[in-house]
Amino acid sequence: MSKLTSLKSAAAMAGILVPLAWSGTTWAQDAINLRMTTWSANEAHLAMLNEIAAGFKETHPNVTVTFEPLPFESYTTTLTTQIAGGNPPDLAWILEATAADFVNSGALAPLTDAFTKTEGYDMADVTQQATALWTKDGQLYAYPFSTSPFALFVNNDVIKAAGAKTPAELIAADQWTWDNAFTTASTVGKSGKTGLVLRDFKYQVWQNMASIWDAWGATPWSADGKTCTFADPAMVDAMTAIHKAIFTDKAMPGPGEDIDFFAGDTAMTITQISRASLLPKENAFDWDLVPLPKGPAGDYAVVGQAGVGAFAAGKNAETAVAFLAYMTNPANSQKLAQFFPPARASLLNSTTLAATNKLLSADQIENVVIKGIATGKVLPGHTNFAQIQQTVRAGLDALWVPDADVPAVLKSVCDSVTPMLAM
Amino acid sequence: MTTPPRPHPFWTIERRDAVAGYTFIAPQLIGTIVFVLIPLGLVFWYSLHEWNVLANTFTFKGAANYQHLLNDPALPQVLVASAIFSACLVVLNMTLAILLAVLLDQKLRGITVFRTLFFSPVVVSLVAWTIVWGFLLQNNGGINGFLQMFGITGPNWLRNSTTAMISVVVVQVFKNVGLNMILFLAALQGVPKELYEAARVDGASPFKQFRRITLPMISPTILLTSIITIVGSLQVFAQIAVLTQGGPGFSTTVLVYYLYQQAFQFHFFGYGSTLSILLFVIVAILTFAQWQLRKRIVFYEN
Repeated sequence: MSKLTSLKSAAAMAGILVPLAWSGTTWAQDAINLRMTTWSANEAHLAMLNEIAAGFKETHPNVTVTFEPLPFESYTTTLTTQIAGGNPPDLAWILEATAADFVNSGALAPLTDAFTKTEGYDMADVTQQATALWTKDGQLYAYPFSTSPFALFVNNDVIKAAGAKTPAELIAADQWTWDNAFTTASTVGKSGKTGLVLRDFKYQVWQNMASIWDAWGATPWSADGKTCTFADPAMVDAMTAIHKAIFTDKAMPGPGEDIDFFAGDTAMTITQISRASLLPKENAFDWDLVPLPKGPAGDYAVVGQAGVGAFAAGKNAETAVAFLAYMTNPANSQKLAQFFPPARASLLNSTTLAATNKLLSADQIENVVIKGIATGKVLPGHTNFAQIQQTVRAGLDALWVPDADVPAVLKSVCDSVTPMLAM
Repeated sequence: MTTPPRPHPFWTIERRDAVAGYTFIAPQLIGTIVFVLIPLGLVFWYSLHEWNVLANTFTFKGAANYQHLLNDPALPQVLVASAIFSACLVVLNMTLAILLAVLLDQKLRGITVFRTLFFSPVVVSLVAWTIVWGFLLQNNGGINGFLQMFGITGPNWLRNSTTAMISVVVVQVFKNVGLNMILFLAALQGVPKELYEAARVDGASPFKQFRRITLPMISPTILLTSIITIVGSLQVFAQIAVLTQGGPGFSTTVLVYYLYQQAFQFHFFGYGSTLSILLFVIVAILTFAQWQLRKRIVFYEN
């Protein structure tokens, strides 16, 4: 290639590239692309979210919102890796367990002022109980778009076949206690089917056991999060009962056994009500949804929460907050409520919820959903939760053998986790 | 009038050759710089800092992370688990690979089918392979179901610290033994047949032939595969992540998995980087030691 030709082609390249780059910058100034990470790849969920995003585009034509589903198991790890790699999303779903990490880090944009200023938002309608976990110094940092109670799904066919009492019968006789629930599960378990499955626990996700041990009034740590209470009498009693149910009474499947209630051979499972969508449509069984049984500490309820926040450092943070205000306004909250139990008091009534949750009966909505949200304690969470979770998991592994010394194991859990709680 | 001296050409043959040479090695060189050397330098740089991803803070801590490395109460268990894993894996993998290679080094009909069969796990996706083994190893899974047919109650493979370690080792060995087997097979077929003939004439037993001829002749391959296998064993991650998540307790938390937890789950990127420096040093020392050993153990024909 002669010198002249290369000069010519360089000029031609510049002639193409410079205007392109120029138009690129002007284009970037106008259009705003927001990205929200979620852990649901459910088509119905995404369709609803896209519908809300389309509604926002009507008033903000230059804003496009895309939703990026990430696998649930590694959700927080993937999210923080994106942040570490300098490619954070503009908005993200946040799990209750890591709420403290995100809210305290300063990574999220404050929301309260922006929400209050938004016309028709009605911030007072959002219950304080729902927002407590996501608030720091009076500012909301993530909106709790889902407050989902834990409840028991029941397979009456399996229970009747084993000749045990169904939860409905026990509730009618005012005998719906953990003792009796374990007895029913044990009868089924000894008949060759499975008694009670604590869904997603898998002897790893121990915080899900809160849906059982709260009945004993047990907690993993004190309210201020500084003192380990795993070795307290309430927890020892609760864990002893759980251990007995697993290894002596065969009421719950043991470690290393993966069993899905919705496959149909299990008497009961504890999970969040949103799992109703997993009930089989073919070969359906006679199912029921009941509140968690009473324990030594009386009535109780447990909820799992999911929040959605906007990252403060993003260059479109302001638009992201505006979209959040739109996504969680009264009208869109009602849309969200068909999948995610809402945080707005005005929506927490059986009429609204029955219209959106067609699977559940009015009774189930009243006794399980509304009562659960109103009184439910959120699953345990803590700053630096991932490390605490792993440490407690490793300690509790010693409990999942038939001849475990429950108080001693729980004491060793406290010994190893105490330095982390104090940090 | 004198003619002006001919201008010295810029593109001398040497320069042209140099450009061509550098152009040929450029892809490899750039790849190594961008994907190996620069990250290695960055990891060392990160290891001197405390990096909180969420709060977006990056503060210089000097040797604090290295100090923590010495005081980390979990690290001794992690190093022991890594050592057990690597030792068991290398011994089992090499023994099985040589055994299979000797068995398959026969001139029999259909022997290629067996060679393909034993090699096939190598080309299967690692995670898919591990997930299937995960199902088999469950307490109510395939292996215990099979043992049940003979009236044997199998152990709860992944929930007992000894059997969990055995399980991850065996899953890894079965996955990769085919690769070493092929390398040994190639080495075996390179052993001159007249050596065996001479040995037979001298009345050497088959075992003696193996001990005195086969092993020395394939010893360079043994060295190569042992280096690859040991370095590979220290980098095991997927099996642990899928099968045991480091449990029960810390019994299968090997160094790479611990590093992953610290950096990507607990968000301690600085300390995670320090752990990867430790891993780098361990791998470097082991490789160097093996390379030194070759002078004493390995037999080279020429």
